[in-house]
Amino acid sequence: MSTVTIDKSGPTRKVKYGSMSRDRTWALRWSYFFLTLFAIFSLVPPFYMLITSLKSSAEISAATNPWWVYHPTLSNYVELLTSNQFLRFFWNSAWVSIIVVTITMLISVPAAFALARMKFWGSATLATGVFLTYLIPDSLLFIPLFKMFAVFGDWTGIQLVNRWYVLLFIYPTLTVPFCTWIMIGYFASIPKELDEAAIIDGASWFQTLTRIFIPVALPGLIAATIFAFTVSWAQFLYPLVFTTSTDQLVLPVGIITTLIKGDVFNWGQIMTGALLGAAPPLIIYAFLMDYYIAGLTAGATKG
Amino acid sequence: MVDVALQSSRTATAQAGRKRAGLRNALRRKSMSAFLMTLPLILLIAVLVIYPALYSLHLATLNKAMTKFVGFGNFEFLFKRETFWLVVKQSCIFAISAVVFKALIGFIVAHFVHNVPANKQRKWRGMLLVPWVIPPAMSTLAWLWLFDPSYSAFNYTLSFFGLGPIPWTGDAMWARFSVILVNVWYGAPFFMIMYLAALKSVPEQLYEAAAIDGANWWQRIWYVTLPMMRNIIAITTLFSLIVTFANFDIVRILTAGGPLDHTHIFATWAFRVGIEGSDIPLGASVSLFMVPILAVAAIFILRDITKRGNES
Repeated sequence: MSTVTIDKSGPTRKVKYGSMSRDRTWALRWSYFFLTLFAIFSLVPPFYMLITSLKSSAEISAATNPWWVYHPTLSNYVELLTSNQFLRFFWNSAWVSIIVVTITMLISVPAAFALARMKFWGSATLATGVFLTYLIPDSLLFIPLFKMFAVFGDWTGIQLVNRWYVLLFIYPTLTVPFCTWIMIGYFASIPKELDEAAIIDGASWFQTLTRIFIPVALPGLIAATIFAFTVSWAQFLYPLVFTTSTDQLVLPVGIITTLIKGDVFNWGQIMTGALLGAAPPLIIYAFLMDYYIAGLTAGATKG
Repeated sequence: MVDVALQSSRTATAQAGRKRAGLRNALRRKSMSAFLMTLPLILLIAVLVIYPALYSLHLATLNKAMTKFVGFGNFEFLFKRETFWLVVKQSCIFAISAVVFKALIGFIVAHFVHNVPANKQRKWRGMLLVPWVIPPAMSTLAWLWLFDPSYSAFNYTLSFFGLGPIPWTGDAMWARFSVILVNVWYGAPFFMIMYLAALKSVPEQLYEAAAIDGANWWQRIWYVTLPMMRNIIAITTLFSLIVTFANFDIVRILTAGGPLDHTHIFATWAFRVGIEGSDIPLGASVSLFMVPILAVAAIFILRDITKRGNES
């Protein structure tokens, strides 16, 4: 930047200045070129989902250009959205996600507040422990959890395996640690004077949380909510392990187990289902992109 | 407000003698309510994370019917099986190459996005992050359809360049390549976003100083950008290593471990053995092999976080 201003001084340097700016234009052109390539790479699968979802089975098996749809039809959408089974998957997914988001917020917001502000014995260790829990993947826990719930059913007679609501117990293990962790970060960044003033005015801890911390850290709260929702909506391993009856399935597992019958792939419907399954996160992302990205980067940069 | 202030001042004068006791009481109440607020979190982690983790250690020492203690029998059995060593090898190849490519592509794309004028960055960032937003189970279905043996859209395109049909998921080497490709497609945007945030935090003066000293673009990346981004690069890579190593969705949907177990990784093989083969102890033993690498990555991440905590 500063070299540019120096270059302006002498007429002999004018040429240099020109070449600098030409370099910059070329760098910009190359950037656009490669960005276009990467954007195509990123958008090919969703684009292909959309294209396929608009085709009839006859057009899919015809030897035409697969990248284009010649006779667009909405029949796949109509068929799925009027099928009780598919709607059942959709509602199961929606209910599980909404309830899990609520549970997650009820657990992690008070916990994050206590860990960020009310220092007590072991609070630092607990905060680190929460973070470590976030690093434990689902593929490590699914077998013992499955056995645990089966044994629990044998002992108490309360059968939780193969019921959609078993997921309400399991999904919080994925969402709560991360949400608590990022909420600790957001709460810790609120100036201490603010809650000291509230305490002096006679507010209780609960009032401090609801009247001061939650409104001030609202962006963090939204980011955490979005995270919890997308994780519960996208989760595939746990429902695959825990639910098998078709009326108990959530969307991702439902599409894969019911629309693929043996070796017969009804690709038009599978792609339509996949697109409808991808729609809620995509819509949230389209409207709340900044919060989404804030949540994404907060996990590693905060704390 | 006035009422409250008056009231508190009155109680303060009236109860001056009991002030000490009241303070201690409040402190006790504070730690008590803090404990109550964290209790659901503690219970959740203890019952549904720590207990199952320990329980899987116990499960791994039982026989298939889970009636008899067999000690390290399951592990001995695994060590003798060729498939197990295949899974170990494939997990390492899968995780390492996917993470390396994700990090490289993320780094390059982040630079291109950073180059573009600020008012256009949002649009590009929005498009490039789409793979990360779509649930991986859904997008892998699209890839499966793109790789379809008879109607593959990729093979259709390649045929115009005279390149023969590629058995994307049919041949062992190509199936491994496809699985890694889908994982890179899914995970690279995350790196891009993290690196972009890091790039924006590098002070412009450093580049100006480097430019005045006559540094070319390579030297600027090597001596300015990389040292400034070192922390973020390390932590993002470790995070991604954990997630990729434990990946399930992509391999499960794309190849289900085939052809002939040549794409199985720990998670998918544990599922195949433990849930589909209903040999829960053996499945638990398989998934336990993920622990060492996860532990190493976790230790490094934790060290970085406590270090930064001490600095601030």
